[in-house]
Amino acid sequence: MSNDHDHDHPHEPIGHDGEPPAAARAQALEELLVEKGVITREAVRQGIDWLVSRSPADGARLVARAWVDPEFKQRLLEDARAAAGELGLDAGPSPKVVAVENTADVHHMVVCTLCSCYPRALLGPPPAWYKSLPYRARAVSEPQAVLAEFGVELQPDVELHVLDSTADVRYLVIPRRPEGTEDLDEEELAALVTRDSMVGVAEPAAPALSG
Amino acid sequence: MSFAVGERVRVSAREHRGHHRTPGYVKGRVGTVERRHGAFTNPETRAYGESGLPERELYLVRFENGHVVSADIFEHWLEPA
Repeated sequence: MSNDHDHDHPHEPIGHDGEPPAAARAQALEELLVEKGVITREAVRQGIDWLVSRSPADGARLVARAWVDPEFKQRLLEDARAAAGELGLDAGPSPKVVAVENTADVHHMVVCTLCSCYPRALLGPPPAWYKSLPYRARAVSEPQAVLAEFGVELQPDVELHVLDSTADVRYLVIPRRPEGTEDLDEEELAALVTRDSMVGVAEPAAPALSG
Repeated sequence: MSFAVGERVRVSAREHRGHHRTPGYVKGRVGTVERRHGAFTNPETRAYGESGLPERELYLVRFENGHVVSADIFEHWLEPA
């Protein structure tokens, strides 16, 4: 629907070898599907409505609960859909959601090299950079450099593990709980869990200094 | 064909015209089965309006080359290595 081309100067849509831009193709498809009775405009509207109503705050609730409740974390790692259901979250239409845990030994980072697969039901729509060709190519060819550009420098003994969601699985990263958060409650912890930390390109936010 | 976690597998290097979900950068490479995800409909036929049946086993396969990249690969792209 959008051509994912987001900047501040106007110009004509950039085409590919004479093909119409993505938005025009999507609109033509929608017209045809409606005309043939496959979908309704109301269903399309509802789908968009549902998608944009999701946000990283949902994923953050899962992570915060996992940080405070080791048994919940275990269930989240074993079956993320069921664990999300425990918190009243709908893991969405994709068949399988897999949560992976960042530890002192391994750091996970998620990409979809083939398109833009993303755990939308738990994180909302993916950011533009996630869908960009440079991220999709470089996340598997030079992930350390990509991470460094996001401001993450791993210790030399930490394994960087990139997950390419090429098929029916959507990956959600459980980032490491920041130090100095022992006294925070679940809600305060959830506020530290950023979108990017659940994609694995950032650490969670640092807790505010109390004093 | 079924594979166990820890088994070494090679990704087929064959060309495939049309929709498929095996990325080019792993074709021909040897990796290790890291997870078994279960069976899913085949995107190669589902993409063209068919049912995608029979379902195919989907594996998370780990490739190491300085860093670690794992990708989800359907069974019919894998062979024992």
